[in-house]
Amino acid sequence: MTDLTRSTADELAQSLAAKEVSSVEVTQALVDRIGAVDGAIHAFLHVDADGALATAADIDDRRARGEQLSYLAGVPIAVKDVLATRGMPTTCGSKILDGWIPPYDATVTAKLKAAGLPILGKTNMDEFAMGSSTEHSAYGPTHNPWDTTRIPGGSGGGSAAAVAAFEAPLAIGTDTGGSIRQPGALTGTVGVKPTYGGVSRYGLVAMASSLDQAGPVTRTVLDAALLHELIAGHDPRDSTSIPDAVPAVVAAARRADVKGLRIGIVKELGGEGFQPGVQARFTEAVDLLTAAGAEVVEVSIPSTKYALGAYYLVMPSEASSNLAKFDAMRYGVRVPPAGVDDPSAEQVMATSRDAGFGDEVKRRIILGTYALSSGYYDAYYGSAQKVRTVLARDFDAAFADVDLLVSPTSPTTAYPLGEKLDDPLAMYLGDVATIPANLVGIPGLSLPVGLADEDGLPVGLQFLAPQKADDRLYNAAAALERLLEEKWGGTLLSRAPELEVVR
Amino acid sequence: MTVETLVPFEEALTRYDPVMGLEIHIELNTATKMFCGCPTEFGAEPNTQVCPVCLALPGALPVVNAKAVESAIRMGLALNCEIAEWCRFARKNYFYPDMPKNFQTSQYDEPIAFDGWVDVEVDGETFRIEIERAHMEEDTGKALHVGGSTGRIHGADFSLVDYNRAGIPLIEIVTRTIEVPPEKAPAVARAYVSYVRDLIGGLGVSDVRMDQGSLRADVNLSLKPKGSTTLGTRSETKNVNSFRSVERAVRYEISRHAGILDAGGKVVQETRHFQEDTGTTLSGREKSDADDYRYFPEPDLAPVSPSREWVKELRATLPEPPAVRRARLQSDWGFSDLDMRDTIGAGALDLIVETVEAGTTPQAAKKWWLGEMARRSNESGQDIHALGITPQQVAEIQALIDAGRINDKLARSVFDGVIAGEGTAEEVVVARKLEVVSDDGALGAAVDRAIEGDPDAAAKIRAGNLGVAGALIGAVMKEMRGQADAGRVRELILEKLS
Repeated sequence: MTDLTRSTADELAQSLAAKEVSSVEVTQALVDRIGAVDGAIHAFLHVDADGALATAADIDDRRARGEQLSYLAGVPIAVKDVLATRGMPTTCGSKILDGWIPPYDATVTAKLKAAGLPILGKTNMDEFAMGSSTEHSAYGPTHNPWDTTRIPGGSGGGSAAAVAAFEAPLAIGTDTGGSIRQPGALTGTVGVKPTYGGVSRYGLVAMASSLDQAGPVTRTVLDAALLHELIAGHDPRDSTSIPDAVPAVVAAARRADVKGLRIGIVKELGGEGFQPGVQARFTEAVDLLTAAGAEVVEVSIPSTKYALGAYYLVMPSEASSNLAKFDAMRYGVRVPPAGVDDPSAEQVMATSRDAGFGDEVKRRIILGTYALSSGYYDAYYGSAQKVRTVLARDFDAAFADVDLLVSPTSPTTAYPLGEKLDDPLAMYLGDVATIPANLVGIPGLSLPVGLADEDGLPVGLQFLAPQKADDRLYNAAAALERLLEEKWGGTLLSRAPELEVVR
Repeated sequence: MTVETLVPFEEALTRYDPVMGLEIHIELNTATKMFCGCPTEFGAEPNTQVCPVCLALPGALPVVNAKAVESAIRMGLALNCEIAEWCRFARKNYFYPDMPKNFQTSQYDEPIAFDGWVDVEVDGETFRIEIERAHMEEDTGKALHVGGSTGRIHGADFSLVDYNRAGIPLIEIVTRTIEVPPEKAPAVARAYVSYVRDLIGGLGVSDVRMDQGSLRADVNLSLKPKGSTTLGTRSETKNVNSFRSVERAVRYEISRHAGILDAGGKVVQETRHFQEDTGTTLSGREKSDADDYRYFPEPDLAPVSPSREWVKELRATLPEPPAVRRARLQSDWGFSDLDMRDTIGAGALDLIVETVEAGTTPQAAKKWWLGEMARRSNESGQDIHALGITPQQVAEIQALIDAGRINDKLARSVFDGVIAGEGTAEEVVVARKLEVVSDDGALGAAVDRAIEGDPDAAAKIRAGNLGVAGALIGAVMKEMRGQADAGRVRELILEKLS
């Protein structure tokens, strides 16, 4: 019998539809796999085996009765712990939400439930999605399945590692500055940040409202497209959600043809500061696209050099305000001040926030509070918004010339745990290539393109497309994925070291 | 607590000029809240009209209530404002337990309506009040401080928060500095609030009840020495719950500021709370320019850009402008200018309209609202709308008078009974045994006794001097303890002495 944990979501969907396998069998296999390897990986903060198996049994029943089901019905999924899940803990990787159980579902969660996907559990993340290594989780780091002494990327390291370690075929991530794409690159998985507004943010605990976007984390481009199509679409509960029809991403992934496409390499997002092995795999992948009939040109977007600076003003500004609600008054951990008999609400808020938030969160709240202060607003927040306008104009100009842009997803491969923990600026630099997409609201996809020679770790290539043209990402990425797998004679993840299994 | 040294109002104005502005918060009567679908009904059980959005549960997002935007635009148009072609919400960031998100979603430098004006009348003189802006925002929850003597947070044992009010749509109307002769400032402030109440009430977008907090006026006031151009430090007085209180709060703050400045002191920039019982203000939260709300555009909401066609349609739905309406009512009712001014001053225009609609003559409606009810309002300090008597009840009582069953004097007792909740006017008359004696037999006997008791007067009346009839009527009424129809008594006296 095939190892169900190794199957793609598309393969599982087909087997389930053909009744060759039951959802309970698939779900049980994954629950067992989580039990066996997650001690070493720590991709999950919460595993809901009973809930997932109950959904699986229900789907099996309904399928047996001949009910018309969603294509992915019965295919299990892991959800980043930043999305509200009714009746299941949602901590955002923070102590301040320890034990909080939402009384409502995020729209993405509701769509997964409505489509009958068993939810395996909630995945680890940097606290409130603030970080690029998942080391800022209050519940301990996630380990990279390729080398458990290394980070899996972040903030969505849990979702990426779960998929890479075959603990789930599908996962939901969220991407504010690269939190889906960078972990994808570092774990050899596919990660997509849809167009801003493409997927509802209702129930996604906000870090930076104007940048956050939920998206798929998978092992194949087609799986990502299937999940994308399921979770996307207009939501009247989210005013920033796009009312247009969802781009035909699944059809695009099946098309997989780059012949005649013009693809631009962003000059500023590569070269100096990028690891040689990353640059080498990137260049080879671009050559494959050229060989397949794409016209590849170099494009300059000089304003991208201001993106990181603008991001570290806009994001903390919005975060400082979004995180004000965590005040221990209505929910969350309440820590009264020590030695005070009759503390005021203000004192309780202060001590609870002090105890509940980690250092990186506090750092960003302080940065944002400062950037929004009267007298500094224009110089900081105001200027950053202007950079966004300039960036958007420059990307528009670039897309007037090319269909897609490409760059390495991350300047480096996965680095050892602890290496950059005390050097926030070095860690922030890891998002230099992913951040521009968030600032201008365009979609981006990271595809594994090989292993770096110097460390044997995965490298990702990022495709960027104009707003609402998410389908272009899937078409080109699926084409490149096929070319690479032909060259490798299999998937990249099949070359990942076997994890030690605990029984 | 330091005792305030007050300078009498008139004396204060000999040395200082008041600089005054008013902020009015109007709670809209939309069925649902500003950013979620929760109901807005007043007086529900605490924390029953809440949801993830208005409780600011992690992940919840706001969506603008289109009906509230419509109300805001209509209000802006009624205040002669420009309506923004494009505007945004902004976050006003500060921590307070009654505010779930710890920021208030409001508007900052891009209000929906701006640059308007209204004209108000005081003692026959018209004053133009310039409106700087009218913007949309959400209300906070309501904190209830339990224990302690004042009901305020200081000294309370604990506090409870009701989030039913959190997220109710508010429109804040901000005036520019109100430029009027200093001695008129208190009356103009009152007239302005009263005018806005009528105006907004006429639009049907709010209950505009000061006593229930659906209309809240804040008085911003500072003094500058006469001849000086330097502005003084201002206080912001809240908790002003009636028109009369608006006037009193302005007067009190002028006296208080003058007292501080005369003594060489410095006025503290702070929020103060008006005390209805004493007519004074008490210090609330200190509010300095160091308070930094870190406003920035609300990224969770799309900008609001009302089309010009929509604005035009909404303009067409505006009711008759108050000045035109008043002129029409004055002519319909046959009121003098003075009658009309008193009516407006008492905030009784709509009460009289409704009383007339319920079948009472305008003169009788005026008699009750400007006489009896205005007196009760002044004595109790309650808003005339909050006396516990409705225009329909006034009309019922007047109908009993018209039917000759009670008289004006007895009616006062009926009002007492109705206000005390003893039942309908009819029931009160029966229960309190107030019905006038219309039995001619009993009245006739009393008239006979009065004539016997005052033969001089009787002789004069027989001789055609009807002017002395009052003495005999008085005697009859006294014997009947007021429970007689004076008109019928007069008729009986004249019949018997003709």
